[in-house]
Amino acid sequence: MPIDPALKRDLMTKAVQVRKFVLHAIHKAGAGHIGGPLSMVEIALAMYFKLLRIDPKNPNWPDRDRYILSKGHSSITLYIILALKGYFPLEEVFTFDAINSRLQGHPDMLKTPGIDMASGSLGTGSSPALGMALAARRLGKDFHTWLHLGDGEIQEGQVWEMAFIADHYKVDNLTAIVDYNKVQQFGFPRDGNLKKRFNPMIQVPEKWRAFGWNVIECDGHDFDSLIPACEEAKATKGRPTCIVAHTIKGKGVSFMEHDFMWHARVPTQEELDRAIPELDAALANIVR
Amino acid sequence: MAQMMEMRVAWGDTLLELTKTHPRIMVLDGDVGSSTMAQTVAYNAPDFYMNMGIAEQNMMGVAAGMATVGLIPWLSSFACFLAHRDLDQLRVTVAQPKLNVKLAGHFSGILAGKTGKTHIDVQDIAILRSLPNMIVVAPADGVECMQATRLLTDTRGPAYLRITRDASPVIFGEDYTFVLGKVVLLREGKDLTIFGTGVQSVRALEAAQLLASEGVSAHVVHVHTLKPIDVQGVVAAAKKTGRVLTTEEHNIFGGLGGAIAEVLGQHCPVPMKIHGLQDCFLESGPNDALLEKYGLTAKHVASAAMDLLRASPVAARKPPPKKKPQAKVRTSAQKKQAVRKKTAQPKRKGRR
Repeated sequence: MPIDPALKRDLMTKAVQVRKFVLHAIHKAGAGHIGGPLSMVEIALAMYFKLLRIDPKNPNWPDRDRYILSKGHSSITLYIILALKGYFPLEEVFTFDAINSRLQGHPDMLKTPGIDMASGSLGTGSSPALGMALAARRLGKDFHTWLHLGDGEIQEGQVWEMAFIADHYKVDNLTAIVDYNKVQQFGFPRDGNLKKRFNPMIQVPEKWRAFGWNVIECDGHDFDSLIPACEEAKATKGRPTCIVAHTIKGKGVSFMEHDFMWHARVPTQEELDRAIPELDAALANIVR
Repeated sequence: MAQMMEMRVAWGDTLLELTKTHPRIMVLDGDVGSSTMAQTVAYNAPDFYMNMGIAEQNMMGVAAGMATVGLIPWLSSFACFLAHRDLDQLRVTVAQPKLNVKLAGHFSGILAGKTGKTHIDVQDIAILRSLPNMIVVAPADGVECMQATRLLTDTRGPAYLRITRDASPVIFGEDYTFVLGKVVLLREGKDLTIFGTGVQSVRALEAAQLLASEGVSAHVVHVHTLKPIDVQGVVAAAKKTGRVLTTEEHNIFGGLGGAIAEVLGQHCPVPMKIHGLQDCFLESGPNDALLEKYGLTAKHVASAAMDLLRASPVAARKPPPKKKPQAKVRTSAQKKQAVRKKTAQPKRKGRR
């Protein structure tokens, strides 16, 4: 079922703004990742502006919903969205990666308000999410835990250790979302063509199903598909749910999309000058 | 013969007792509860126990997540897994965010009863000590293990408790009080100081008895907290005798010897010898045979102490004589020799 059109327009507008901030912040920092941060924008926006029960003025509220960005290298998008939500001033996103900044290259829960778990080494965010869900059950708390995974990241064995134990304990207050952009940092060359790469993980829904999880597939860039999928996941009882969100690495900038070379490349001024008008055009196309 | 106690039994019993006063304890078990005695909690307080399967990386992360919500997770696994297999999870999701996770590293050291190279862990202290924010404790006996389990439960932050598998002699009485971060004097002496950690401190005590029969008086100090190390206590014990031997059931690199050398090298350099495992992996075998073959018995400790005494005789450690020359009566032959020595010396240029 489609979501409220006004909410959808608002989220779509924010999505373009976030992407512009990502490009500017990475350009200014002279370091960071691009492809992954651009593919996760809608998922994280849906979380912070629709689904999560949170209070930006009280980031450590014990009963808040938890959101863990396990693909921690995409942190810039999360920082921008936390700033838009009011956790800290928006200008601060331009301190990303700078010395003494609260906004570290990979999320630091001791430094940044609103970060629920440290991450950065791939796969390591998965089990803490399960731990939070199990702790909620043990302490009789009703918060929900959302785990945002990358598709390259699920090559890590820890993710599947977590999947097995979550199924064993029938944890239903935990939802994993795989940001399925089908490109990893370097990848495996395909058909002898060095520019083409294999998909980091095939049969993703089948694998999660085999581990006992409920699986929902959706379009990770379409709020009408994404938000109902998340609501269905949260309402599913008796087992954990994995949302396989089909996304595009580098989404929103034509020359970055699907290209592994843009995993962690810093755009030049000339590239920025080409990318920003594309995003402005997208903004103009959002039906008011 | 001294009373014997298994640390793992002490640990399991203490945790069960703590569940009555600490509703937020959660024992997470890497499917070795029947070895670590986490089963004591599993059978008697099942709400406080969860088996996390044979998946230590996940277990470490689950503990981190639970700690963020306010639980106090105690991990039940072997030292060889906690300090090695899930080290990245420990570093990134426990130590860096300073989460309140307690690690019980069972089967540490070499008294792991025939389990051999994989399960004998003699690098854990070095690895865990190198992680910022970690507390590292190696109790000497079951009594101290009980008290350390209680105290670490009530001490905020990540901590590692090094637990030996097989029964070991009890050296502490009921009046003993474990104080985190403070060394414990086990025996007064004046010729050298022997620092021990874990159950090796018991062998250090036995070595002191052997040395006493040779006329050597050893000052024996137990270092249960390897991090944060008791700088004052270590320096004071070193100053007392001017010679230091460290002994541990651990590699000679990065363990107790390393920790003591770091302190004394900077604050109180004295002649020192590091006794322990000579940078090797181990093998299966009965405990006694392993201790004998790898040189960790009390006899070996005493022998290392004698080596140190020979290498640094009393004269060598006396403070240098004061500058004020003392009048001495010399024979004419001595005077001639003194003149010859003087002329034979090369001229010094610019350097003092």
